[in-house]
Amino acid sequence: MRILQIRKTDWAAGLEKSRKDHSLIGPVRERNNTSKFRELEVGEEPDFSITTTTMSPKSVVFPQSEVMFTYTTDKASPECNIMKVPKNDYSPRAIIGIRPFDAAAMNIVKKNFDTPDYRDPYWCDAYEACTFIGLAVTNPDSCDFSTSTNSGPFSTAGLDVLLVDTGDSFLAEVVTEKGASWMRSAGFDTKADHDAEETIATMRKEAEKKITSTVEFDNIDKKETLDLYNENFWESISFPCLNCGTCTYVCPTCWCFDIQDETAHKKGRRMKNWDSCMFPNFTIHTTGHNPRNTKLMRVRQRFMHKLKYHQSKYNQGIMCVGCGRCVTSCPVNIDIREVCKQMNS
Amino acid sequence: MQSYSEKIKEIAIRLLKDETVEVVFGFREGTLPMASPPFAAKTVEDAEQLTWTSHCCINLANYLMDHKGKVAIFAKGCDCRSIVNHIGEGKVKREDLHIIGVPCKGMVERHTICTLFDDEIDEAVEEDDGTILVRGNGREEKYQKADVMRQCCKVCVHRNPGIYDELAAELVTIPDDIKRYREVEEVEELGVDERWNFFENLVSTCIRCYACRDACPTCYCPTCFVDEAQPQWVGKGDEEPDIMTFHILRAFHTAGRCTDCGACVSSCPMGINMRAFTKKLEKDCLDLWDWESGLTSDVRPALETYQPGDPEDNFK
Ligand code: SF4
Ligand code: SF4
Ligand code: SF4
Ligand code: SF4
Repeated sequence: MRILQIRKTDWAAGLEKSRKDHSLIGPVRERNNTSKFRELEVGEEPDFSITTTTMSPKSVVFPQSEVMFTYTTDKASPECNIMKVPKNDYSPRAIIGIRPFDAAAMNIVKKNFDTPDYRDPYWCDAYEACTFIGLAVTNPDSCDFSTSTNSGPFSTAGLDVLLVDTGDSFLAEVVTEKGASWMRSAGFDTKADHDAEETIATMRKEAEKKITSTVEFDNIDKKETLDLYNENFWESISFPCLNCGTCTYVCPTCWCFDIQDETAHKKGRRMKNWDSCMFPNFTIHTTGHNPRNTKLMRVRQRFMHKLKYHQSKYNQGIMCVGCGRCVTSCPVNIDIREVCKQMNS
Repeated sequence: MQSYSEKIKEIAIRLLKDETVEVVFGFREGTLPMASPPFAAKTVEDAEQLTWTSHCCINLANYLMDHKGKVAIFAKGCDCRSIVNHIGEGKVKREDLHIIGVPCKGMVERHTICTLFDDEIDEAVEEDDGTILVRGNGREEKYQKADVMRQCCKVCVHRNPGIYDELAAELVTIPDDIKRYREVEEVEELGVDERWNFFENLVSTCIRCYACRDACPTCYCPTCFVDEAQPQWVGKGDEEPDIMTFHILRAFHTAGRCTDCGACVSSCPMGINMRAFTKKLEKDCLDLWDWESGLTSDVRPALETYQPGDPEDNFK
């Protein structure tokens, strides 16, 4: 394991230096005590005081709305009926301060957009342009249950570098060559003391100990799909649900999108917009028939997908990294940990 | 609120035991401090879980429309007014309802306290003296409920239920110095550009999750205009004109019907006060037609009718 040390007094200058070959994206605060990831302006530092941003960084590679191509149906134009992919900028960018659970979520979402059969060019090009400079979680939020998923406060899954805040400096665990290259570009090359590995291990244990919220899902995998599907508890679980898409929009692992054509006169563009299994529109057919036409069915779908189907299909755990965002953002407090408990019992 | 909770359990148990109703809509303790999610109690054991806190921000009238059969509902002043509207609009039948009016002392959003406390919260205890004691991360903070309650509750003059079969508590006195429309007047006083900027900033962080619409008892169209595909009235992306169109049109659809229950604001994950739109329309309805929503089921709401004598100052 290669560990470097970054003195905090050198941090800002290093970030700026790395801009010569990377744009920088990081967590920032916004209105009304909310936060998200966006491109940092020159001189602007990522806000490391935020543990869980309101909106997850999935938008960095999977924007809420994205133009897939534009077209014109104007016969007078030489480009009539030609679909033109926008010239998007996929130059290197570093995501500074992404938390381990969100990086783990990138790996989950990748399974959907980058398959042996199909490579979604928009998602993959954006993803490949990213270097993920993670920040270990030393003070986990109370709704963080990432130790139960394939993540954890110090997990390096999906990361190129993991930063650990030790007070006056960061210890930087360099995980990939991509990460090493960003570190070089920022001029961070001081070797950490010989006991750095131990320091990280101790801090990791402490952070993991602070996470007291857990879920178990091994029985869900063993149970018959139809037995779970037909459980009585879906009625009481789904009762308060508003079928807003909040839980899925804030979730770093929810990957569903809708395709819409927007036209004005003879010009048009095809959009890829986030969609949500919680919306009735998600499944409506052109005939008007909706196979998932009740709230109960939609709520069941969300949890079955995350906690059952994903396990059955990929055999790599649940489609949830335990960030806790859906728990804190749901206006009616539908708590995935409780649902998981009921499904697993 | 402890006394309210006891009474609420007692009433619900009675109504279920004597089979007055099949189900009681109320609130129960959530899994997070200050979370009180809606709950449908069908048995006596369920009813034991019912509670009443200062965080019952959701408008339960929203749950009535999906329900068939006799139902009891705990309703604050604003919930009652939404029920009155639903009866008037033919969405529910009065005879199917057993309304337990809950005179309201104002509600407080979790989001507000989390922002003020700015730390992990382990516990929030509501004292009978109108304070909320918050503990977390070794700290303790005391808030006056009157200061931290929702804006819609601060300016509410209909705290007492207007329609009910029984009451869960004594009626509350309404202060007579409430400035109902101060927040609207502040915006009205701005210049045209500033006003536009105000509304632009207001919705700048909107993610179009539609929680505001979905929590709103007034928004019950089977297919909302934003979801229509043929024709598509509005783009579905995250661009400002589309977001603004959603908010402005939704507000106009609720004009004369919105009860300022604040469920929309309380449900927004981005903490947006989209009441700024609806409150202005509420004020206009009062100023122009002396109309207040949810007080009677017998008269059509302001924007649904036209009388030859109506003022025309609003035609611009
Ligand atoms: S579970 Fe909560 S956040 Fe998700 S759709 Fe239902 S009400 Fe909205
Ligand atoms: S399901 Fe909830 S806790 Fe799990 S990753 Fe998504 S938002 Fe986070
Ligand atoms: S609830 Fe908030 S974020 Fe969601 S659509 Fe309404 S205003 Fe926008
Ligand atoms: S618009 Fe908001 S305040 Fe008005 S009735 Fe709907 S939820 Fe309540």
